[in-house]
Amino acid sequence: MPDSLTKFIFGRLTLDSLPLHEPIVVATFAAVALGGIALFGVITYFKLWTYLWREWFTSVDHKKIGIMYMVLGLVMLLRGFSDAIMMRLQQAIAFNGSEGYLNSHHYDQIFTAHGVIMIFFVAMPFVTGLMNFVVPLQIGARDVSFPFLNNFSFWMTVGGAILVMASLFVGEFARTGWLAYPPLSGIGYSPDVGVDYYIWALQVAGVGTTLSGINLICTIIKMRAPGMTMMRMPVFTWTSLCTNVLIVASFPVLTAVLSLLALDRYVGTNFFTNDFGGNPMMYVNLIWIWGHPEVYILILPLFGVFSEVTSTFSGKRLFGYTSMVYATVVITILSYLVWLHHFFTMGSGASVNSFFGITTMIISIPTGAKIFNWLFTMYRGRIRFELPMMWTMAFMLTFTVGGMTGVLLAVPPADFVLHNSLFLIAHFHNVIIGGVLFGLFAGIAYWWPKAFGFKLDPFWGKVSFWCWVVGFWFAFMPLYVLGLMGVTRRMRVFDDPSLQIWFIIAAFGAVLIACGIAAFLIQIYVSIRRREALTDPTGDPWDGRTLEWSTSSPPPAYNFAFTPVVLDNDAWWDMKKAGYSRPLSGFKPIHMPSNTGTGVILAAFSVALGFGLIWYIWWLAALSFVCLIATAIGHTFNYIRDFHIPAAEVTQTEEARTTLLAAQG
Amino acid sequence: MKRFGALLLFPLAGLLSGCDLVVLAPAGDVALQQRDLLVVSTVLMLIIIVPVMALTVFFAWRYRHSNASATYAPDWDHSTKLELVIWAAPLLIIICLGALTWLGTHLLDPYRRIDRIEPGQPVTVLHKPLRVEVVALDWKWLFIYPDYGIASVNELAAPVNQPIDFRITSSAVMNSFYIPALAGQIYAMPAMETKLHAVINRPGTYVGFSANYSGAGFSGMRFAFHGLSDQAFDQWVAQTRTASAALNRDSYLELEKPSENEPVRHYASVDPDLYGAILNLCVERGKMCMNEMMSIDAKGGLGLAGVRNTVPLQYDKLARRGAVFGNDPSYVATICTAEEAAASRAASNATPTDWPARNLSPLRGAGLLRPGTESRRAEADAPPLGLLRQEL
Repeated sequence: MPDSLTKFIFGRLTLDSLPLHEPIVVATFAAVALGGIALFGVITYFKLWTYLWREWFTSVDHKKIGIMYMVLGLVMLLRGFSDAIMMRLQQAIAFNGSEGYLNSHHYDQIFTAHGVIMIFFVAMPFVTGLMNFVVPLQIGARDVSFPFLNNFSFWMTVGGAILVMASLFVGEFARTGWLAYPPLSGIGYSPDVGVDYYIWALQVAGVGTTLSGINLICTIIKMRAPGMTMMRMPVFTWTSLCTNVLIVASFPVLTAVLSLLALDRYVGTNFFTNDFGGNPMMYVNLIWIWGHPEVYILILPLFGVFSEVTSTFSGKRLFGYTSMVYATVVITILSYLVWLHHFFTMGSGASVNSFFGITTMIISIPTGAKIFNWLFTMYRGRIRFELPMMWTMAFMLTFTVGGMTGVLLAVPPADFVLHNSLFLIAHFHNVIIGGVLFGLFAGIAYWWPKAFGFKLDPFWGKVSFWCWVVGFWFAFMPLYVLGLMGVTRRMRVFDDPSLQIWFIIAAFGAVLIACGIAAFLIQIYVSIRRREALTDPTGDPWDGRTLEWSTSSPPPAYNFAFTPVVLDNDAWWDMKKAGYSRPLSGFKPIHMPSNTGTGVILAAFSVALGFGLIWYIWWLAALSFVCLIATAIGHTFNYIRDFHIPAAEVTQTEEARTTLLAAQG
Repeated sequence: MKRFGALLLFPLAGLLSGCDLVVLAPAGDVALQQRDLLVVSTVLMLIIIVPVMALTVFFAWRYRHSNASATYAPDWDHSTKLELVIWAAPLLIIICLGALTWLGTHLLDPYRRIDRIEPGQPVTVLHKPLRVEVVALDWKWLFIYPDYGIASVNELAAPVNQPIDFRITSSAVMNSFYIPALAGQIYAMPAMETKLHAVINRPGTYVGFSANYSGAGFSGMRFAFHGLSDQAFDQWVAQTRTASAALNRDSYLELEKPSENEPVRHYASVDPDLYGAILNLCVERGKMCMNEMMSIDAKGGLGLAGVRNTVPLQYDKLARRGAVFGNDPSYVATICTAEEAAASRAASNATPTDWPARNLSPLRGAGLLRPGTESRRAEADAPPLGLLRQEL
């Protein structure tokens, strides 16, 4: 085959692009391939493809999409955590002249991939999944505003994840750090495909995130049950609303800045180059104008989870609902005014630095108020220490430490000595693990029975809890110390042997966390095996307070046979107190959206488009782009959008539940 | 978890005593003040953090489900007094911390000249600051001492108790210049200059490094910082002067090529224009300096002719490839070398006729002065654009 033809067909993709010379990658690939083949075989053997396609992949049901987001987050957590443990191992052994077991080419990809995956493909899917599942149920709606868009958003997120995973085996990932600062990420200093994988994975996933944000805002604004005024919304719904406002306002900035970087790399513009009038400082500013709201996008919904959990397990109304709502709104607004604190050391003047330092500190006031509100919700309560409440306690004790070190880093002169150090690493893991992840585990344990009709096994849950919490302290407290010893981040080898013991302790902590993740997976497995014993036929296992607990577990496709009417903040609690009785007759046909495979197809074309752009396979990029647009237009002619669940079927479903509840007595 | 914390404390204390917490015990006055701010801020925040953590544990224990003797008030959800306290307490702490931040940030601004050598010893006219020009290269540090005309790679020396003025830039990608024992860090960025003012108070050898990831050789981008007595510093200077190598444009371009874990090198002499050329990305001859380009642009630019004033790039630090759909990598050619400009200025007082100066008044607004000029007279004195060579 002539060379030019090969080049036309494959772009810059050659056999050398496969990392066959990296034994670690090859072994990983073998393991993933074997696992993949096994999974494929199992699904085929049990003839599950049709089921998966009909019931899940093409589903527009917000509950199923929410669960699929959670599965995506969990799978990517395993990948992101493998990166973490590889880094911990490298840093624990690369002393006394040892190069460790990773060369810089591999190590630098690992820490970049770890950051990108954990933020974009673990935390974001988990958070989005939780909001997707819970919000419509909490506001008494039957689905989100745009059910097809929801499915499409999910598959775009998956598309981004697929591109990141592909970079492991075809080519390489970026070696730039998770925010890909130019000029290092420019074509001059990163000519390989790594940064292109980064750009297109985030662009594809970013479309999904933005659309899902729009969708949930509309849902919360327009689809609340009658009587649920803004100030009667559950706190989780409030925090979700604020998070989605943040998403819609900040993700376009990320899309724009990555587009500019892509223009620099593909058509030779000079937005962020050193010469020809480019300025890398613009990139740093822009990416953090997205990046700082992003951390609140992650944490706010979990603040909502903690509010729900504390109030439910204390058996008490949430203390200071109004101030909780205002605190959330204030945080939402302020999160746009602090981005510069990520680079005080770039040489802005003292006045600029102090402005951003002080606005950052001001955020700690509403955050502090929230902590106090949870505290006073517990006060004079009857606290049941079930798994979600345990995670909440661990959060309150861990997150405060992270908050304190965060405010410390907001003092510019202190930041000058701690910036980019392991102290910073310890800080943001302290708030992301101690806040976001602990909150997710609380949320998963809390809403699992709603999603599947049985509780999670408490024993393995506790094992996981203790491994995570203790592991976290072991893994990150040494990093605080190392930061104070002036150790900077992203180092591959060390020459000071006195540091080693701290890295070994941190690695031990990472192993404990690995046990925590394993215990969590075992917990899920054991719970499914023991689902008969753990079953919850009532639909309200925790004596809940909000509307999602009023329907069955798992909820029927239509969520509520009759749209509930809300008279108080804790709507379901109020209904229970008022002696609410389930309507048993008079069911009507329910209007529902139809499933569609368009989302999957659009996302598949987007992945192909991204892959073509990454490898300079222009025919593939052009073809998939045309197909993408054609499919999108074609879908507008699809008039089979909705159907009615017949009244008889609704009656049947509801009567089954009546029987079940009656059997409980 | 609390019990667990107490258990952890014993080995922790032992471990901590064995390590060098340089950020908490620095040897330079600036870093020391930054440390003080760190400690004061921590204490201020602990005022609120400790009670919150204690209350959390206490409430969790007191109101546990099995404790039937505790009050249970399921509908109690509001107290104006409590709300006032929980908003006011953090607010007060933040007001204190904010004031401290405002003061500290201004006093410890790295661009600001230091005003004391150590507590109680102000800087006087007798203290002549040591000027050091720092260049972050891939992946090593170059230090130029313009007052002495010497330079060193991966080794920095300074006399104790004497102010040091750093001017910092980078050759290719972003780095961060950080000597924890001396003072906080500041980014080193290509085509830009950052500044740092500091002083070292105790003699000794300290570690310096890049605190911003910059590529493959980042881990080895470390250097020794020697705080020396006046005498020892003079010796160090004398010893450096005995080195055989000289740092000029050509040897710099050789040095600039990416390399990892470089040993210490000394240069007995340094081209005095070199740092300016590095900062303005014009070490290669024939490349237009950034400051030159900016001043031309400030005066209205070269117009369409300027677009064609580029030359294909022969060399860059990495095997540079241009953007796939862009032009081949190129750079803006200089209009004339500094020598040529000086010669030309000397030769002719009148505006050359071969390249008529453009009337820029519509671009600038008729009534406005040219940026950077103080008066009409200064504007008239500025070299006209007619210096452009005819072949352009």
